Amino acid sequence: MLVRKRVKEVAVRLGFGIIDQTKIVTAASELARNTLEYGLGGDVELQSLENEKGKAGLSLTFVDQGPGIADLKLALTDGYTSGKGMGMGLSGSKRLMSEFKIDSDVGKGTRVTVTKWK
Amino acid sequence: MERIPILKMGSFLLVTIQVDMHDQLAMNLQDDLTMKISSTGAKAVLIDISALDIVDSFIGRMLAGIAGMARILDAQTVVVGMQPAVAITLVELGLSLDGIKTALNVDRGMTLLRRSLSLSGDEDGSSDEAIYDLEESSVIPVGT
Repeated sequence: MLVRKRVKEVAVRLGFGIIDQTKIVTAASELARNTLEYGLGGDVELQSLENEKGKAGLSLTFVDQGPGIADLKLALTDGYTSGKGMGMGLSGSKRLMSEFKIDSDVGKGTRVTVTKWK
Repeated sequence: MERIPILKMGSFLLVTIQVDMHDQLAMNLQDDLTMKISSTGAKAVLIDISALDIVDSFIGRMLAGIAGMARILDAQTVVVGMQPAVAITLVELGLSLDGIKTALNVDRGMTLLRRSLSLSGDEDGSSDEAIYDLEESSVIPVGT
């Protein structure tokens, strides 16, 4: 997937080590898949960040105008899937990244932002 | 239609995953393996993922699917060549690949299989060299 390649390029450029690179790209892969399969297509925005202490970070925001998630708490539990997945996409991505934020409502689409600090 | 080649080595099948897999390719692979295991009576499938930088839940699902199907056909599944970063990520992702054995490379994978297959009394047509291969992994040399 193009998203993976692009995310990897930016992660490498920002100086993330190989393990972090793998985690970031894997999380991106999971979220992009969600956006595509459940969100019926959407956009992803990459943003390089720097916090007050000068630490570098990378944030990925996935937005879709799909059906939205009715029960967020349920969606975030390990093993829950409304499709034919393994139910690890959202909860897994949360574990792989430093920060995780999700906004979703039925009929309003979904927005997931994940950030990894170096 | 592109398909991933399946190689036959004795009573084992070897598959090397080198490209980004999309849904259709993954399904084709599962189907092809089912047919091949059934037609050759293979005792095991080795899946080489050493070329994969990223293993996400989609691939994980495919591997679990292959393992499940192989088990029904009385064959084992060994995943070989997992990159360290991938292993770490998979653990954190929470993917448990139950029923799938792993090995560092194809060589070790085959040793693992021959050992477990000979313990269960199956004849796999390979030479006795397999027994000596096991010694290579131990640090203490057996006295000569």
